[in-house]
Amino acid sequence: MSQTQHLIEIQDLGKTYTSGKNLVTAIDRMDFCIDDGEFVTIMGQSGSGKSTLLSSRGALNRPTRGKVFVDSLDLYALTHEQRADFRSEYLGFIFQSFQLIPYLTVLENIKLPMAVTGRTKREQHHMAVEVIERVGLKTKSDRLPDQLSGGEQERVAIARAIVNKPPIILADEPTGNLDSETAKEIMGLLKSLNRDGHTIIMVTHNTEMEKFASRTIRVRDGNSHA
Amino acid sequence: MKLYNISLGNIRRRKGKMLFLALGLIIGVSTIVTLLAITETMTADIEERLNQFGANIVMVPKTENLSLNYGGIDVGGVSYEVIEFDQENLARIHTIKNAKNLGVVAPKVLGQVNINEKRILLMGVIFDQELALKTWWQKKGTFPANLDEVLLGSSVASVLGLSPGDKISMGDAVFTVSGVLNPTGASEDNAVIAELGAAQTVLGKKGKITLVEISAFCRGCPISEMTLQIAEAFPNAKVTAMKQAVMSKMQSMEMFKSFSLGVSILVIGIGALLVMVTMMGSVNERTREIGIFRAIGFRQTHVMQIILLEALVLGLFGGVFGFVLGNLVAWGIIPVVIKDGVFVGINYQLGGLCLVMAAALSLLASLYPAFKAGRMDPSDALRAL
Repeated sequence: MSQTQHLIEIQDLGKTYTSGKNLVTAIDRMDFCIDDGEFVTIMGQSGSGKSTLLSSRGALNRPTRGKVFVDSLDLYALTHEQRADFRSEYLGFIFQSFQLIPYLTVLENIKLPMAVTGRTKREQHHMAVEVIERVGLKTKSDRLPDQLSGGEQERVAIARAIVNKPPIILADEPTGNLDSETAKEIMGLLKSLNRDGHTIIMVTHNTEMEKFASRTIRVRDGNSHA
Repeated sequence: MKLYNISLGNIRRRKGKMLFLALGLIIGVSTIVTLLAITETMTADIEERLNQFGANIVMVPKTENLSLNYGGIDVGGVSYEVIEFDQENLARIHTIKNAKNLGVVAPKVLGQVNINEKRILLMGVIFDQELALKTWWQKKGTFPANLDEVLLGSSVASVLGLSPGDKISMGDAVFTVSGVLNPTGASEDNAVIAELGAAQTVLGKKGKITLVEISAFCRGCPISEMTLQIAEAFPNAKVTAMKQAVMSKMQSMEMFKSFSLGVSILVIGIGALLVMVTMMGSVNERTREIGIFRAIGFRQTHVMQIILLEALVLGLFGGVFGFVLGNLVAWGIIPVVIKDGVFVGINYQLGGLCLVMAAALSLLASLYPAFKAGRMDPSDALRAL
């Protein structure tokens, strides 16, 4: 159990994969902490291990070595199902390429994380409408994802990530598929969420986005450099 | 948003794929329904034919004597004492458990008379009952309508040189020949057939019955069981079921039923395999989607529920449409494959059974794909993102 007051603590994290007969090191050794309310960007080149780091921290990818604590909770000491509950309660994911469910409408996509929370339909609707207004898509709530622009889809992905009011938002290249203007709008939205108290950890290779963050962790060859 | 919204949303969005998935079940269920409807029609058809076939139970008095007759050739020169029933006891036959399944009960008295110095077999019958039983009888003239009229077997008429309208004397009474039977190849060719009461008088057997022929055939009342029931009601009678004809027909039916069952199991097995393979394909295609579900906090069981719910809906859909299609095919095909066959109608109980079976089968076939989806490592699933 961690003795610190940090929201997230990464201790001696390592991750290796076997690819055929070869052992590939995705994360060599990482040690760092993130405090509540921070907006942290993780920067590095492709293949540097930043996405692996994000999924390990998101309780999705068991590390080969080391520990991940969130709110003093040792994530990989939990069972699969406990980790699923943890993700539901603590985390909001914003994926690269939006990753919306194509057969659900905007409103249904936003409500998706609440399908397993036990909230009533009325509560779900109230919360979904609240966030859809916040991301400015109220008039498009009945549309399917492929009827939206890239920026709008990103907004839906953000709305889905925050609808359960998770304390931590993990974003993987959220502006990677957007033009610069829309990217700025999205970053503005993330910044405002950060101001509202969400801790945001964003993986990016775009140095332009660094200015929105309160801190940057650089990843090179599977090692972190704060 | 509930889990079922996700399942239904997926079905709505991927109609073509889902229809293909349900197709295996539709084909399986419709094949079963069609085969069962054909079997049902064939059974009904055979029952009807058997009902026209005549008596299938014969009741005679118990005796220690053995018959010296084979194939109509009598080799015994010895006359045994003939034992008879009392006619008044015959009403007891209607007290058996399966009494409602008794069709025709045709009592007879048999004896020997001299006509023109020839020994002839006289058979006394109740004509209404007898004619209902022997629907194949053809005659010249008419069937007797009065007590003083008789019907002659073809051989008797030929030997005695009699034809309709002629008179014959039996005992003290004179009878008019109302008709002559065409050759039947059976015992009646050698008999003079009179009304039961008149024959009893001639033979001096008032109130006596020599044998009773019974026609009883129905679905769900095994002939051997009815035979036992009649034997219990008449302890002094030997009751024999003429099972050969029934048995051979029923054996053919049983063989067809077994064949239908085999085909049904095969088709359903293939249908289930199709569902499983398609569902596996669907799960593999949805790796990305499952990764998203797992990442946003869905448990393994939640993912399984989504897949199984889809399977349940498809199963019910397959059951309903398979049942409808099966009935339509049966309705169309029965007149073609069975001569004069008529579709027996929709069996709603079978419909319910099909629904349950298709749903259960679909769930069963989707169990492994659902389990695989649930067990999917979210990090593997997310690699596709």
